[in-house]
Amino acid sequence: MAVSVQTEDFDAGLEISRLRNARKDTGAVVSFIGLVRDLNEGDQVSQLTLEHYPGMTEKALEAIVSQAQNRWAIFDAVVIHRVGTLQATEQIVLVAVSSAHRREAFKACEFIMDYLKTEAPFWKKERMQSGERWLDAKNSDDEARERWNQ
Amino acid sequence: MKIKIFYFARLKETLKFSTEDLELPDDAFASTLTILKLKAHLAKRSDVWQQMLMGKLKVRGAINHALVDDNALISDGDEVAFFPPVTGG
Repeated sequence: MAVSVQTEDFDAGLEISRLRNARKDTGAVVSFIGLVRDLNEGDQVSQLTLEHYPGMTEKALEAIVSQAQNRWAIFDAVVIHRVGTLQATEQIVLVAVSSAHRREAFKACEFIMDYLKTEAPFWKKERMQSGERWLDAKNSDDEARERWNQ
Repeated sequence: MKIKIFYFARLKETLKFSTEDLELPDDAFASTLTILKLKAHLAKRSDVWQQMLMGKLKVRGAINHALVDDNALISDGDEVAFFPPVTGG
């Protein structure tokens, strides 16, 4: 498992190659990349700032990946989440999971993202022409996480 | 008892506090201190504190880097944090 919270960008291709080459019985790598959009709730967004809770963030991400590892037979997982100020089209987050077969990797990747969105201590603030605003948590994200407990 | 408190995101910005060390007398209040009781205690500081910690905004609490609910007990030396629901990803 590799978890990183960082200001610098990441190379998703490199991370996927690492997972692919780590063992020869890897049959699937599923990855998700979250990006900064220039539009949110109908407003033009010029940049996004991500704050986090140093010390807790890494622990929370590791705990989420451990839960996924307990639930599905996956080989490895990488989570990279950026913090600081980002512009539209920049990468925010990478989750990549390897396993023998696709189903486990798909499920674990989605599970990690759903939990990250609702339990990892990150907060987004958008800058628009009219000023700045903190994003509100969405009920749909809580519902997405709750699906895994049904 | 002595605890350290951190505030994040909208709370930090509005309260103009990112962290503080809080010392409380070792009485019955301190020995039964929960996240909710601490919020109510801090909310007495001013209208803004009341509004941010006990108002409409949902505030989540963490003790020693773990998310907890309002009834979680706080002990001497703990690191407590208050923040809005998370919005990463």
